[in-house]
Amino acid sequence: MTETTFAQLSTLSAYSAIGVLTLAMIAYAFYLARLAPARDERREQEAARRATPERELVGVGGGADQDHEADRAGAAGPTSEMPVESAGARKAAGIGWTLTLLGTVLVVAAVALRAAEVHRWPLGNMYEFALVGSMFTLLAYVGWSFRRDLRWLGVFVVVPVLVVLGTAETVWYTEASQLMPSLQSVWLAIHVTVATVAVAIFTIGAALGGLYLVQDRIEARGGTRSFMARLPSARALERLSYMTHVVAFPLWTFTVIVGAIWARQAWGAYWNWDPKEVWSFVIWVVYAAYLHARATTGWKRQNATWIALAGFVCVVLNFAVVNVYFVGQHSYSGL
Amino acid sequence: MSAPGDTRAPEATDGGGRSGGPPVQPSLGVLGWARFVWRQLTSMRTALFLLLLLAVAAIPGSTFPQRSIDAARTAQWISDHPTAGPILDDLGFFEVYASPWFAAIYLLLFVSLIGCVVPRTRVHWRQVRSVPPRAPRRLERLPAHREVVVDGTPEEVRERLRGALRRRRYRVHAHDDTSLSGEKGYLKETGNLVFHVALVGVLVGVAWGHLLGWRGDVIVPVGSTFANTLSRYDTFSPGPWVDPNDLDPYTLRLDRMDVAFETEDTGPGQFGQPRDFRASTTFTDGDGTERSEEIAVNHPLETGDGTVFLLGNGYAPRVTVRDAEGTVIYSDATAFLPEDNFYTSVGAVKVPGAVPEPLGFAGFFLPTGVIDDERGPHSVFPDTLDPQLALTAFEGELFPGGRPQSVYTLDTEAMEPLPGDEADQLRILLRPGETFELPGDRGSITFDGVERFAGLSIRTDPGKTLTLVAALTSLTGLVASLVVRRRRLFVRVGPADEAGRTVVAVGGLAKDDDEGMDDELAAVLTTDEGPR
Ligand code: HEM
Repeated sequence: MTETTFAQLSTLSAYSAIGVLTLAMIAYAFYLARLAPARDERREQEAARRATPERELVGVGGGADQDHEADRAGAAGPTSEMPVESAGARKAAGIGWTLTLLGTVLVVAAVALRAAEVHRWPLGNMYEFALVGSMFTLLAYVGWSFRRDLRWLGVFVVVPVLVVLGTAETVWYTEASQLMPSLQSVWLAIHVTVATVAVAIFTIGAALGGLYLVQDRIEARGGTRSFMARLPSARALERLSYMTHVVAFPLWTFTVIVGAIWARQAWGAYWNWDPKEVWSFVIWVVYAAYLHARATTGWKRQNATWIALAGFVCVVLNFAVVNVYFVGQHSYSGL
Repeated sequence: MSAPGDTRAPEATDGGGRSGGPPVQPSLGVLGWARFVWRQLTSMRTALFLLLLLAVAAIPGSTFPQRSIDAARTAQWISDHPTAGPILDDLGFFEVYASPWFAAIYLLLFVSLIGCVVPRTRVHWRQVRSVPPRAPRRLERLPAHREVVVDGTPEEVRERLRGALRRRRYRVHAHDDTSLSGEKGYLKETGNLVFHVALVGVLVGVAWGHLLGWRGDVIVPVGSTFANTLSRYDTFSPGPWVDPNDLDPYTLRLDRMDVAFETEDTGPGQFGQPRDFRASTTFTDGDGTERSEEIAVNHPLETGDGTVFLLGNGYAPRVTVRDAEGTVIYSDATAFLPEDNFYTSVGAVKVPGAVPEPLGFAGFFLPTGVIDDERGPHSVFPDTLDPQLALTAFEGELFPGGRPQSVYTLDTEAMEPLPGDEADQLRILLRPGETFELPGDRGSITFDGVERFAGLSIRTDPGKTLTLVAALTSLTGLVASLVVRRRRLFVRVGPADEAGRTVVAVGGLAKDDDEGMDDELAAVLTTDEGPR
């Protein structure tokens, strides 16, 4: 196959992914809409059940296994708080999940074909970052879904991915080309790949953090019948958000370290305060502040989460603004 | 650092984390104030505030041009903003990372960090060497808790549980006959301390490199040799503790410079982009041993005293100036500095020996030249497809007042332009091999041809290894502190109503909210060695 064919197939694959993911988004939205917001009734039952566990358990006598199961269902995880599913809702979620898997495969194919086209690691310009970033976000969501029920999160992951993919194809699209000399390095593959994985996970973390803040507001107002009542509790959302940040932060730390190693190879100094380096540093410090805030006694979780969201704003600025408008050594957006 | 409800080691709260501080009394005294300030500084709230401040303070360095990175753009910005420019300059906005306020923030942060880490290390050291605390009387008060009735006597059940805890890597201690206390995950705090201490290592490494490192830049045309002595550098910036006269004697000859540009992809922003730079050199060390070395971007040359990076390249047109009799009074490959992606390059040729008065030429070198009315002379491709030299000529005093000046520009303050035929000023356009006769018996200028030059930067940073090792150590500590879970688990056993059976109560206490604590309790109760 010629390179042009690869290019056409890659673009075709990306556009198909956009189509498929749009359908996935609709299915997931339908799923949430069809869920009965019955969490509160469920919660009350649960509270009643949890109020009298000792007696029951002691009565069980021999079987520790049994009460293990019972208690597991009652553990304060998001699963236990999931609302009742109608058959329609379950079907919609199934469709959403299948389409998300298909969309993920298509994005992976688009990336692979792009790599075949350019004969190198496909992370050399903004278009490619966006494509690969979408891929990692989807992979992170799919991978995590195998470990816990995240169907309620589907729409909140698919929408940002669609925004990024759509912008990538329409605004950032760049013809395949070779890399400028400073980008021709093995460190590129490591540095940019890990950075993109970190950003993908930060994206999911920011989605969860945003949901947490909304949910928290609603819970504080005692609102129950809202759309948000179909999602896990504020506490569970906050914890999930923290978990994603805890994965992404060391990855970002690693990104910055490897970036410094590479900067020395390419530009002679491991740290030059180039705008991109400044922003990577700012992002790192803001997320460090988030982890700190979360661990500081007397600091509210809400405020900590705001810091995490500020960190994500920096991530977005670093990608969408610093790449394009700031003069620096990292000016290789390809635009 | 301790989550609410964390009963363990209350003395381990960060130095003043509950930062109400002591009640302010009128007679606090100097020592009292000092202690108060110290407590505030080393509290986690202050650390948090300083971290956020550091992030905010770093941003102007990306929005304003920085003198240490691009002095010309900085000067331009200041002259474009006559009111704001000088004020911002005084405030250090063009040198953010060397400004006193930026330094103040990170130094305070690190003082706070040390003040925080030292007592925490002491506390942690004690905890690591001590046994887990006595089980609370009422285990059901703990955040995670369960109770079962199992077969066996209390002693048997307790021993089975002891084994189960050990196998799950708890440190186990029995304070009395009916309970067990277990604790694990000390590595979490160790990781946290390593992380913070290693950050100090990073700072020390950076400072060390700053004090003992140096960098020098030099432009070397093809065929020329660079000797590593102070006078040969175009610019040299030593750290405060560097002796610039103590450089290793070596020479480096630039034999060839290979450059490739994008010619196939004509998309915007791609055509003419650099694709490959490669300098073939001959390196001769102090003993006179020669070896061939290739220097490329991403492939610097280690010399033993500094690393040679290929950071730039451009063109050095070879120009010869003759006087009226035809005697050569200037002949050199003169580097012109590229100004854009297509290597429109500016430079100056200064001929102090010309008669009747010194001559100066200033203008552009264009590797693929186009001259239009709108943009003036400029290049449309970075390689030498149609090289041209477009100059204007001046005569008069080249170095007025003996002031230092850039080799790439002509200070025309004390000079007069040579008059042209129709235009008010003489304009010279030369292609390789062409000669222009200067008016009024001033001789001639010839453009012999063009060489490439390599922009080399030679640098040392003795702190870089420490910085790297510290950064990686820090990362390791961070991962440990985030992944490891610190858990305490208590067991109480007592006889059940039925003979031969035992009531087992287990309670768990985890640092931070730990989703898995319930599972952990269940798992302890259901292991092979656990109660049946
Ligand atoms: C250079 C400045 C600092 C940075 C970048 C930084 C970063 C971090 C990060 C990323 C964490 C989260 C890791 C974890 O939870 O174990 C953390 C935790 C922590 N930091 Fe810092 N920190 C800094 C300075 C300080 C200072 C000055 C203090 C003391 C006042 C401090 C005290 C703590 C404590 C006590 C924790 C543990 C929280 C917990 O128990 O979970 N840090 N720090």
